[in-house]
Amino acid sequence: MASVEMWYSSPWTKSLPMRVKTKLGLPLKEKKLMEVKLGELPSWILMRDFTPKGIAGAFQRGYYRYYNKYINVKKGSVAGISMVLAAYVLFNYCRSYKELKHERRRKYH
Amino acid sequence: MNENLFASFATPTMMGLPIVILIIMFPSILFPSPNRLINNRLISIQQWLVQLTSKQMMAIHNSKGQTWTLMLMSLILFIGSTNLLGLLPYSFTPTTQLSMNLGMAIPLWAGTVFMGFRHKTKAALAHFLPQGTPIFLIPMLVIIETISLFIQPVALAVRLTANITAGHLLMHLIGGATLALMSISPSTALITFIILILLTILEFAVAMIQAYVFTLLVSLYLHDNT
Repeated sequence: MASVEMWYSSPWTKSLPMRVKTKLGLPLKEKKLMEVKLGELPSWILMRDFTPKGIAGAFQRGYYRYYNKYINVKKGSVAGISMVLAAYVLFNYCRSYKELKHERRRKYH
Repeated sequence: MNENLFASFATPTMMGLPIVILIIMFPSILFPSPNRLINNRLISIQQWLVQLTSKQMMAIHNSKGQTWTLMLMSLILFIGSTNLLGLLPYSFTPTTQLSMNLGMAIPLWAGTVFMGFRHKTKAALAHFLPQGTPIFLIPMLVIIETISLFIQPVALAVRLTANITAGHLLMHLIGGATLALMSISPSTALITFIILILLTILEFAVAMIQAYVFTLLVSLYLHDNT
């Protein structure tokens, strides 16, 4: 049979649903992180889009993933924002760890 | 202890990068924009609060003053959310920096003053002399009124800075005192801890009140000048 890339590029195979395509074999560029085999991981990371537009796209995707799962639902709860605030507290703690290190209870600092 | 006390007010940089910009922009994530007629709970609560506040605050203005509604509503949301976020542990509050508060106060106050001088020059100048003053007091009073006009932006900025900074400092100090007293006498530590709880409740109130006061005063200056 022809290689995966040649087979994949015909119009009919492109129109198959995603669950069928993952079974039959996707090119490396289009696999999600969990579907990448461990040996292919370095080449997959290098193929990702690291331009400013790509990074902005990644942040946007992440934001909407969180927003649509926890906040933009019919019965959103306080957990949606508290997770964000907890992450904010954690971020600030990591940022000021250098100064906070000296405030531990120790005999000799 | 002295260095630790003021370290939380230092401008945050991470490996030399000024991330203070990110911290100032963080509250905007907590206010998503409404897309539909009926939104999710977070947006609905925020919409209700904004409508309540805007009706109460902009009712005293005429149609010319009500063009400032967007500016004043975003101002009170920004200051309120920034102050409330500063009450979380380890966080940095941008409104403790005098530079930022001056940057907010001076342009807004200057906008209202210039608007007043442009559209109602005589009435704006007449503010410098209250009605019914004896004639021999007029020079003194004009000087005093001018000084009181120019002190308005400085007072706006310094009021906000001092209130928030003082609250944060008090909480640091009393928290440190509670920790230090724990090993010496637990009952005193308990009293100090109760004081800390009361102070935290006060700080929540102060955070919101300061936002309100700032915006209210700007709107008052606006009312005088439209």
